[in-house]
Amino acid sequence: MIDLEAHLRAARSAGRKLLVPYVSGGLDDEWVDLVRAFADAGADAIEVGIPFSDPVMDGPTIQEASVVALGRGTTPTSVLHDLRGVADETGVPIVVMTYYNLAYRAGDVRFAQQLAEAGVSGAILPDLPLEEVGPWAEAADRAGVASVLLAAPTAPDERLPCICARSRGFVYAVSLLGVTGERTELAATATVMAERLKAVTDLPVLVGVGISNAAQAVEACAVADGVIMASVLMRMRLEGTSVTDLGAYVASVRRALDEG
Amino acid sequence: MALSEPTMPGASRVMGEPDPTGRFGRFGGRFVPETLVPACAELERAFRTAWADPGFRGELDHLGRTYAGRPSLLYEASRLSEELGLRLLLKREDLNHTGSHKINNVLGQALLAKRMGKSHVIAETGAGQHGVASATAAALLGLECTVYMGEVDMARQALNVFRMRLLGARVVPALSGSRTLKDAVNEAMRAWVADVERSHYLLGSVMGPHPYPWMVREFHRVIGDEAREQCREMTGGDPDVVVACVGGGSNAAGIFAGFAELPDVRLIGVEPAGGAAASRGIPGVVHGSVSFLLQDEFGQVQEAHSVSAGLDYPGVGPEHSHLADTGRAEYHPVTDAQVLDAFGLLARTEGIIPALECAHALSWIVQERESLRGQTVIMNLSGRGDKDVAQVQEILEAGGIGGVS
Ligand SMILES: Cc1ncc(COP(=O)(O)O)c(C=O)c1O
Repeated sequence: MIDLEAHLRAARSAGRKLLVPYVSGGLDDEWVDLVRAFADAGADAIEVGIPFSDPVMDGPTIQEASVVALGRGTTPTSVLHDLRGVADETGVPIVVMTYYNLAYRAGDVRFAQQLAEAGVSGAILPDLPLEEVGPWAEAADRAGVASVLLAAPTAPDERLPCICARSRGFVYAVSLLGVTGERTELAATATVMAERLKAVTDLPVLVGVGISNAAQAVEACAVADGVIMASVLMRMRLEGTSVTDLGAYVASVRRALDEG
Repeated sequence: MALSEPTMPGASRVMGEPDPTGRFGRFGGRFVPETLVPACAELERAFRTAWADPGFRGELDHLGRTYAGRPSLLYEASRLSEELGLRLLLKREDLNHTGSHKINNVLGQALLAKRMGKSHVIAETGAGQHGVASATAAALLGLECTVYMGEVDMARQALNVFRMRLLGARVVPALSGSRTLKDAVNEAMRAWVADVERSHYLLGSVMGPHPYPWMVREFHRVIGDEAREQCREMTGGDPDVVVACVGGGSNAAGIFAGFAELPDVRLIGVEPAGGAAASRGIPGVVHGSVSFLLQDEFGQVQEAHSVSAGLDYPGVGPEHSHLADTGRAEYHPVTDAQVLDAFGLLARTEGIIPALECAHALSWIVQERESLRGQTVIMNLSGRGDKDVAQVQEILEAGGIGGVS
């Protein structure tokens, strides 16, 4: 399994801004091809959603993608089965994003092992805040899976170092007050969050939630080490954009970030 | 905290404060997006301070008496008692303003929201009872109010949607998932994430992240405290059994709280067979806490199905899971057909049309009447049935449920 933090640090040291596109696991027959296409397009890691029935941190697009995926019979087992070997083959680490009940139901230790066995490098559980993350984070550490924590604009200053100390792989800076979904502009809080986090940690700081196009990604990366892009990609996919065209879109974001 | 209840020496209180992480035994906690953690912590501090403040308690008590109609009656249902062979006392929360127990919680939380300087309250609703109560409290206290309601429920309960709008609230359809109560909670939480600085989430039951399960139970504790004293006055002693319906579990928690430390009083929660989280669920994490939950083998939350929209919820408040775990309370499922029978029975024998929710509680009493023979039973009549009359008419005219009519 690829070490998420080492992989991202190496890319950052090489002067690169980090790009993490998102794919809803089990969305359609070609979802794994989409993961490969994003890897080819220059992603530094790929976030794969395991659909959950009640995604409270997600806006309409990811909700819809989750409903579609669940409607096709997608389960954590099927997503992890499909992902087996993909990260090794592409050389790009995979981070799953899901909600805590799927881990709780399986058992923290068993779920972490299942991720590790599928070659998954990390996990983001947005309904598991610092105070509740203990048992999961320990299980993830032991399985070698990076437990990525989120930091939000509402956090008082003294909370941020605690979040960063417990986060593995990178720290996820929530760009705004709100759930996932496209926005016409980058929130003013996005770079503020990145700055506040950069001031207290050496972990890679990636901004996510609401990053909706290449220009916003570039703007966020003026301060942040990288960005996570989700809703825009899944909206295009739900609208019928082909794997090739969506890969090309991610490649265009890559170029924009490289050109600064 | 200024509480007057007897405390068992040496033992930690039954239905006292949860531990510092918001847990009742292995249930509860604060499983929310990071964005909401400071708001939950602020709410916990504000509630703790307010609840210890005689000024706040006095203000809430005053509103209860002058606006909501407290204390509610404890009524001896003589004809039905005779028919069932037991002594049935009904705690008449249906006579409160807005027609259910919900007013106790919304007045408490709306006062607290004002105290915290919030100008807006967000609420979720299933049938519309909590939405109407929230809109009422917001109108009374001059707060803005937005209610999230599943699109399916909005169609089923169009009159309540109109009521909320009359009261000045904005009603927003929840368009995702099953488009019922569980999705309304999801939408309300998302709205709170986006507007947390200005808004208070006025949650409608003893569920959600800490401090909600504790706070909402404390706001409903008045039901149990009144009932205990009224029962002593009326019968010279304590009841043998206290029965309440359980959706999220707020009316049950409120009445149980008055009796939890009287070990000889049996506490019974009654759930719909299609949403029996406490009796048939598996521990899970959704909507902010660990609790018994209807879910599949992978942890996907299942949809509940009940004739009563107010109980149509796949989870249950964490304290009920703990009470079930420790055996202090028992939880039993009843079917829709049994509930409809009980609904008609109370109407015919006592001239009281109950909400379908609390007809669940009565349905269990009817079924257990042999084992309860001669006992004193207090049932929480959590709401009036006006909202359900049209639906029941429709069901009965269509031949009833499973041949029952
Ligand atoms: C009259 C009545 N009773 C009970 C309930 C269920 O809620 P809880 O279990 O929180 O008391 C409702 C919910 O809408 C209700 O309207």
